[in-house]
Order: sequence, then structure tokens, then C-alpha cells
Amino acid sequence: MAYSDKVIEHYENPRNVGTLDKNDPNVGTGLVGAPACGDVMRLQLRITEEGIIEDAKFKTFGCGSAIASSSLVTEWVKGKTVDQAMTLSNKDVARELALPPVKIHCSVLAEDAIKAAIADFKKKREARQGKQSAS
Amino acid sequence: MKLPIYMDNHATTPLDPRVLEAMLPYLREDFGNAASRNHAFGWKAEAAVEKARKQVAELIGASDKEIVFTSGATESDNLALKGVLEYYKEKGDHIITLKTEHKAILDTCKRLERIRQERLDELKLLRLSQLAEREVSQGELAELAIKHRLDEDATYQRWAALPTGGARVTYLDVEKDGRVSLEKLAAAITDKTVLVSIMFANNEIGTVQPIAEIGKLCRERGVLFHCDAVQGIGKLPFHVEELKVDLVSISAHKMYGPKGVGALYVRRKPRVRLAPIIDGGGHERGMRSGTLNVASIVGFGEAAELAREEMADESARLLRLREKLRAGIASQLDMVTVNGSLEHRLPGNLNVSFAYVEGEALMMSIKDVAVSSGSACTSASLEPSYVLRACGVEEDMAHSSIRFGLGRFNTEEEVDYVVRLVVDKVRKLRDMSPLYEMAKEGIDLKSIEWTAH
Repeated sequence: MAYSDKVIEHYENPRNVGTLDKNDPNVGTGLVGAPACGDVMRLQLRITEEGIIEDAKFKTFGCGSAIASSSLVTEWVKGKTVDQAMTLSNKDVARELALPPVKIHCSVLAEDAIKAAIADFKKKREARQGKQSAS
Repeated sequence: MKLPIYMDNHATTPLDPRVLEAMLPYLREDFGNAASRNHAFGWKAEAAVEKARKQVAELIGASDKEIVFTSGATESDNLALKGVLEYYKEKGDHIITLKTEHKAILDTCKRLERIRQERLDELKLLRLSQLAEREVSQGELAELAIKHRLDEDATYQRWAALPTGGARVTYLDVEKDGRVSLEKLAAAITDKTVLVSIMFANNEIGTVQPIAEIGKLCRERGVLFHCDAVQGIGKLPFHVEELKVDLVSISAHKMYGPKGVGALYVRRKPRVRLAPIIDGGGHERGMRSGTLNVASIVGFGEAAELAREEMADESARLLRLREKLRAGIASQLDMVTVNGSLEHRLPGNLNVSFAYVEGEALMMSIKDVAVSSGSACTSASLEPSYVLRACGVEEDMAHSSIRFGLGRFNTEEEVDYVVRLVVDKVRKLRDMSPLYEMAKEGIDLKSIEWTAH
């Protein structure tokens, strides 16, 4: 199967590969997919008190399209608010990277990773606020 | 050294220039039909085909009268299975094969099973219509079969025992090293078994089966033995008398010959009979009609002769290169597993899983090297390799597998280049892999609840 130029470009020069401290209270971590299915995506977002995504890092086990999808969404969400990031859809990713039908699930995974990372961040924040109000 | 490098010699091999030379006259001035008996054009073509037939026969220790030319090994496999089943239908309809066989065998078997099932369903409907004294539809079949005790109905049983045109098939598991267990094979043979079909060497993992032992067992039990020998012939010695095989599928393009031509060896002593699957002018002693593909057959013959002459040296060289590739990778990377038996293996085959790196991604990053992967992402079905799964390889490791197929034209310089490239790219991809990071931290990946999708 031939890859689109954008997939190849992201695959060869992936943006924002790396790890943020998952114990940092401002970092949300999303881990989606499964090794048995051949793709696992880990997306980490550092979010300010104002709800702005100031940093994004990813690591992905998966095919070229999965790596390109992860790389693309880290670029997209940086500087966005949490609410803006939540509206990002897999269709945007698939369109931007011109993914063929068999690779659509890679873009779904990228959307899921954003949602999972934000959910993790919100859970942490609620836990912290809960603790503050208790004390 | 030229890029890209071809290291996918199980998929196909380049045409040897000497083979092309031998073919060229038959694509130009010597264009005759080998079946034209009355002029020089036909005689010349016939002589060329008969020479090639001897060359192919000699490679496997057969007589030239035992070679039937086909369009390739897929056709040979179809002819062996369907042809034997039809000819020996009065004897039985049971076939035994392996879960790791090529799709040309497995899908043929599935069709034969489906034909039998459809025939039995028709018979059931017919009998139930008689018993119920009305038209019966397919939807009622299960319910009425119980009501009328079809299992115990003597008439239905008599009908069902007649040849159906299809087959019952046993798909044997393989051991972890990819080899068949002879005990399991012996236990699977019944008085209805007509054919055992087991490959010489596997196309993905290069595992070589114990053909001589299987041949001996089949001969003792009075069962025909077909061997899809596409991947092994020309690489390892294969002698039909020593191995006691009855039918052998061979392909030209896996041994530096042209595509679109193959052969089926059909034993004459003791005689093995076949019903043809292609009807027509009665070529190839009635077993395969159709005007012979003279130029390609000539190329096939030349390729067979070259393989016979050069096999020993070439295999020794390929084994040395393969071991260099394996050692080069294994000494520089951790968590690399070889799939399939190392001992019983084609010299040019290396199938390895690089844990925590997805196969298609790795192929993409070594795009100047042509290899293949058992990763689902490379298949239309989105399932990882059924061969690796049958050998007990976990799904994630099947996704991480790469098959290197070394061949006649690979050089040591290419192997050195591929080792450096693969090591570098696997390291890069592992730096990008959350699984590798977690494994390095000592997290048991099996303890995590993954969100399968």
C-alpha cells in the first residue's frame, strides 16, 4: 500500500516524541489501543490552571499511519484549550493525512488518546480539589 | 551496492540471466506449439519441452514421465487435492493437512469441505421432505432433523455415505518449532483418509518438515502423500524415491525461473491417478489440458538444472549470510526472537520478532530493503500471520515479525548494510514505543487492561 506524503513526512520527522512525568498533577496521560491489535498510543498533555494545553508528548507502538496520527494530534492540540481539544475528531486526522479506509482506526485511536489524556487530567484535578476542600 | 535491496526471496526470486538467455529463442523465432505434430516448428517446441521435463525431473529424482507442467504451484496444489479426491472418491474423502500450509492448500480444502456440507444439506432436505411429506426449507432443517431423528435414519445414512464431491479435512496443529508431530499425524489417519498434504518448507518461517518420516508413515498406512515443495526445492535436496512422496508441487519463480509456470510430480510406481481439473485438448497425458507455455517451461528447466548444479554451494553460502544477519541483529538488540525452528530451516530464511516494534512501521523505515511482515497491517484481513499464531506466537509478537528471505543474488555487503539499518531503525522505533518504555520499567504488559478496538 502506498502512503500519503503527509504520513511519510510525519513518520520520518515525528513531532513531540517523548515522555512527560505522569505523576505531575498537571499532566494527563491517555493510553489507548492494545498490543494484540498491533497499536498502542500513549498521549500526554500538560495543562495549565487556565485549561490551556502547553505541552504534548506521545509514544506509539503501531504502523506508520498510527505514528503519523499521533504526531499530528500533538501538533494540533498544543496551545489549544481543553474544550477545543475535545472537539477534535478522527475525521479531521484522517482527512489531513489522507488515510485509506483500512487505516481509519489509527485516526480513531488518536482521537481516543486525546479524550483519555484529558479525562485523566480532569480526574487528577478533581481528586486534588476534593482533597483541598476536605482539608 | 545498489538500492533498493531485494531480500524477499520467499515471495519471488529474480530471473537468473542464464534462464532468460535460454528462454529468448522461444519467445522469438521458435514460437511453435509443442502439440503440433506435423511440422518442424512443433517438433522444436516439443523437443524443448521434453528437455525441460527431464531437467525438472532430475532435480527431484523423478522420471520425466512423472512431471505435469502447470501454470504454477497454486494450480499444482489444486490439481493434487481436487484430482486425487475425485479419482479416489470410492475409497474415501478424508484429507489431512497442517494449519501452517499455504493458502493454496488451505483454501482448496475449505472449498472441498463446503462442497461436502452443501451436498449433505441437500440430502437432508430431500430426506426430510420425504419424511414430512411436504416441501422443507433450509431454515427448518435443524429442527426437523431432530424431530425425524435423521441421525438414525438408515436411508439418509446410506445417501450420506456416498461420495459428495467434497471432503472432510483435518487441520493438524504444529509444535512450537513449526513442525508436525508424527504421532498426531498417525493418529489422524482413518480408513477414509485418501491424502495427506504437508509442505516441505514453510513460506513464512522456513521450517522444514520431516518429509521422509511422513512419506514412510503414509506408505505404511496406504495413504497418498502430497507435498507442496515450492519453498524448499532447489534449496535443499529432495528425492522423491528416498522421501516416498506421491505428488509434489513445484514453482519456477521461487528458483530463479519465470512466473506463471510450475509442475506437479505424479508418481508412476506405484501409480497415482488424478482426475484433471482443466479439460480440453488432453495435453500432459490428459492431466492438464492447455497449450504448453514453451518459453517459460524452457526457463523452468534451465532454472532446475542450475539449482541442481549449484544447490550445495549456494545453500552453504546462504546459510552463512543468514547466520551473519541473525547474529548481527541479535548481538546488538535485546528482546529479539527467532520464529520457527533454527535447526530445521531453509538456509535463506530468517523470521524474527522485534518486541514492541510494529512490523509494518519497521518495514516503512527500512523502505530501501524489501522484506515482508506477519503484521496484520500488511494484510488485507487485518489479522496477524496465521502461521505464527499456529506456532503459538502471541499476537503482539506476530505483529512485530519481519521475514528476511535471502537468495542467490544477495551479497555480504547487503547483509552488513541491512544489519546496520535494522538495528538503527529498531532502536529509533523503540524510543518511540510506549511498550518498550513500560517493559524497561519492569511493568508487566499482560497485567494492563487494554482497550481492544
